[in-house]
Amino acid sequence: MQFMLLFSRQGKLRLQKWYVAHPDKLKKKITRELITTILARKPKMCSFLEWRDLKIVYKRYASLYFCCAIEQEDNELLTLEVIHRYVELLDKYFGSVCELDIIFNFEKAYFILDELLLGGEIQETSKKNVLKAIAAQDLLQE
Amino acid sequence: MEKVSEIDNIVHIGNKETDFKEDTLTIKEKSVDTEYDETEIKCNEIAQKEECQSAHEASFLKMALKKVKGNIERMFDKNLTDLVRGIRNNKENEAKYISQCMEDIKQELRQDNLSVKSNAVAKLTYLQMLGYDISWAGFNIIEVMSSSKFTLKRIGYLAASQSFHCDSELLMLTTNMIRKELNSQNQYEAGLALTSLSCYISTDLARDLSNDILTLLSSTKPYTRKKAVLMMYKVFLKYPEALRPAFPRLKEKLEDPDPGVQSAAVNVVCELARKNPKNYLSLAPVFFKLMTTSTNNWMLIKIIKLFGALTPLEPRLGKKLIEPLTNLIHSISSGMPNHAASIQLCVQKLRILIEDSDQNLKYLGLLAMSKILKTHPKSVQAHKDLILQCLEDKDESIRLRALDLLYGMVSKKNLMEIVKKLMVHMDKAEGTIYRDELLSKIILICSQNNYQFITNFEWYITVLVELAQMEFGSKQGHVIGAQLMDVCIRVQAIRCFAVAEMAQLLDVYTATSQFTIMQEVLELKAPERTLESMLKYKVLPQHIESVFIQNIIKIFAFVMEKHELNEQYDDILRLCDLVIEKMSESVQSGELEVQERASTSLIIIKIVQEEILAKKAVGNTIIMDVDDPLESKPIVNPKETIAAELLTLFSGELNPVAPKAQKKVPVPEGLDLDAWINEPLEESDSDSEPEMTENLFVKSDKFRSDRYQPEPTEDELKKGSLAHSGAIAWSVTRLQTGPSTTPRDLSREARKYEQENNPHYLKGSNSTENSNGNGNEGTENIPVAELNLNAPLKVVGQKRSDKYLSINANKKKSKKKGKKKKRRSERYSSDENVDQGPTVEIKQVMELPEGATLSDSESDHAHKDDHIEHWILISI
Repeated sequence: MQFMLLFSRQGKLRLQKWYVAHPDKLKKKITRELITTILARKPKMCSFLEWRDLKIVYKRYASLYFCCAIEQEDNELLTLEVIHRYVELLDKYFGSVCELDIIFNFEKAYFILDELLLGGEIQETSKKNVLKAIAAQDLLQE
Repeated sequence: MEKVSEIDNIVHIGNKETDFKEDTLTIKEKSVDTEYDETEIKCNEIAQKEECQSAHEASFLKMALKKVKGNIERMFDKNLTDLVRGIRNNKENEAKYISQCMEDIKQELRQDNLSVKSNAVAKLTYLQMLGYDISWAGFNIIEVMSSSKFTLKRIGYLAASQSFHCDSELLMLTTNMIRKELNSQNQYEAGLALTSLSCYISTDLARDLSNDILTLLSSTKPYTRKKAVLMMYKVFLKYPEALRPAFPRLKEKLEDPDPGVQSAAVNVVCELARKNPKNYLSLAPVFFKLMTTSTNNWMLIKIIKLFGALTPLEPRLGKKLIEPLTNLIHSISSGMPNHAASIQLCVQKLRILIEDSDQNLKYLGLLAMSKILKTHPKSVQAHKDLILQCLEDKDESIRLRALDLLYGMVSKKNLMEIVKKLMVHMDKAEGTIYRDELLSKIILICSQNNYQFITNFEWYITVLVELAQMEFGSKQGHVIGAQLMDVCIRVQAIRCFAVAEMAQLLDVYTATSQFTIMQEVLELKAPERTLESMLKYKVLPQHIESVFIQNIIKIFAFVMEKHELNEQYDDILRLCDLVIEKMSESVQSGELEVQERASTSLIIIKIVQEEILAKKAVGNTIIMDVDDPLESKPIVNPKETIAAELLTLFSGELNPVAPKAQKKVPVPEGLDLDAWINEPLEESDSDSEPEMTENLFVKSDKFRSDRYQPEPTEDELKKGSLAHSGAIAWSVTRLQTGPSTTPRDLSREARKYEQENNPHYLKGSNSTENSNGNGNEGTENIPVAELNLNAPLKVVGQKRSDKYLSINANKKKSKKKGKKKKRRSERYSSDENVDQGPTVEIKQVMELPEGATLSDSESDHAHKDDHIEHWILISI
């Protein structure tokens, strides 16, 4: 995976995680373009699209769009699963997660994502393990 | 809350002394910084006043005060939640609010207290997400990262992963810190460092830290091992030398008891294998075992993908895999079939996928089908109906995928319908990438296999014309134009029809890029009306204008011929005036190419005008003695029209030339292709065309004298080999057929009076004479910094006109012609004496004996019909 973006229906970015190094300007440009492209798509359309030389996989959960950019050889359905797994983790952690949770606790969302993916690859597929690690780290914080 | 209770404490302490209470209250109310000193002094005073207070208590008081001050300050600080809330509340003046927050943050960062700093960094992270640049805070982030408290560290590392760049110089500062983290006892700290590192690891960091990460691979905690394994992949990407020592350890991890670590290792090997499958072939048995025994779907998918990368190298592997893969396919719908041996099964399953109502599955089914199409087109064709259905889908992505598949689906019968459908789509899809895709697809489909599927070329031309009429980006216009050219050139029968269509188009559109190529086609036939509409153009991009000018002359020649035969000199003169007017404008154009063509055309037209006037005058008076050598005006045999001379410029068939034709021309003996002839002065010589070279080549074999044989041919070859692309070839062919092939007599006359006016002209000098010799005198006098474009403008056509002119020269008895002949022979003699001038090649061209035909080169070309890209003009 090259990057993951979360944004609202109004086009506001809630989370961005980049697994490749790009200069800031480029990141902004990519983000802007991608958000407009995805928001323009109708609800019944399929979740995959080709953009530049990447494949974009996106899914909408309530008012949030989860969007991932993967390379040509990567598996799209697998990415959808990753997105779903992430949402499930957030749900478990925050207890019935909503967009506001992610807005106010964005750093926690990042930490969870960091436990799920590392360097763009799946790190831990077991929900239990991820949540255990997060809990332990939270404990350390106290 | 905590802070308030602290103050309360202080107040309680102070309650012993009644004054103290007031003082603390004043601390609260007044600005903290300025009051601090005062209160400190006051405290000291109080302490001194009250003897009961020991020194210990005094210092305690001081500390408490300090804390109060700090807390009060911090009380007014915003924490992250406040920031977010504030931004949400200030939607209308967001920028102002945020800049104010930035100021606060900068203030906080100047404090020594790490927790304050980390608060600021947390806020900065949020702002970075919103899109504000925080790279100026790099140092501060590193400071926070170095904190010993986990909370603060976490914030620091998060900020780092968001904002650090692998090319940032700050990274050097982090190396040791990260190393310390990696070796720490706390697995979560190590994990934190690893996670963060993966986002910005640079080559230096990779090199320095690879050993540490490697040791972590054998850590006792699976959590750490897992992260380390994944991290190794990133390290390998940046620092490939680390792979070799690390590889055995990585292999061990494939057998790790912990499933998380195992799947991480599988992941890494899979990604690595994608880049370099050969090295991982030895691991195939391990993966096979994993595949058959594991139930972890995620891992299975990765393993299948890995096998997909490995099987092309090891065919036996493929056979072995069929069985387990088919089992998998039947039992779970995981991953996409990617093995050629189970194609039938795959295609069946794919059909099911495509028929599924879920758009995602449809998309994937189509995607997989297109991959199979490349290797097994027949099996996909069976599902033509389904694909055509998908074309109608509302979803653009699916339509695009179906388009890709269409390539293999067309046949003679359904081509027209399909294209019709696609055109309808194009109408609907204004201004999107989809449209461009559609266009290129249509053209691709229609032109495959040398137009194998097109039964009615007229229909195809109309389609192309309709396409041209739609609005496209300039790139696409070029594609259409090229396609039109292609069709017209290859399909003789269709030319009349095509030309009529083009003429219509011209009337309607005069400023679109497609038409550059159309003009080429118009060379063959064009009514007068077209000429006038062409003259109406105002502003065109440079290359189009130059082609336009070119073609104006061509058309003018045709029209003139028609008129001349009917002796309608007035019409011709009128046309001449029109053209001259237009050309005079173009001569002032900013573009080099346009200027040049315009000026040459101008001269030509002017000369023609004179001649026509003369002819007209002659026609009106009694014809004088034709043989009178003193007669200054040329008497032209009525049957020989001036137009005919002009037309010799443009006669000739266009035939495709094989791209390898140049290479296939045999090298004559005794010719060393690599030896330099002259110092490599003339860079412009490199513009010459291959076919021209070939012709020269052949001729030189047969007719040229030994003395000249090696030099020009080598040079021509050099030139030829330099200009191999078809585009240059035919465009230069165009160039050649243009002004440079002016009929000898006209150009000579023009040159004569140009030379008289040219102060730089040195009579008898080879270079100017020769470079002028091609008839581009007009360009010499234009005050433009011009390269010797003259050099390559010797031509196939030139030889033809040589031929014609020599025939003409024999027939015509005008003194002028005689003069020119003498001059020509003069020049020949002078040519013979010059060996080493840089323009030796040019002279050679002119020197070719009459009767030299291109028939030889024709036969060369006739045999090479595959991949036809180049065009060559051959004599009829």
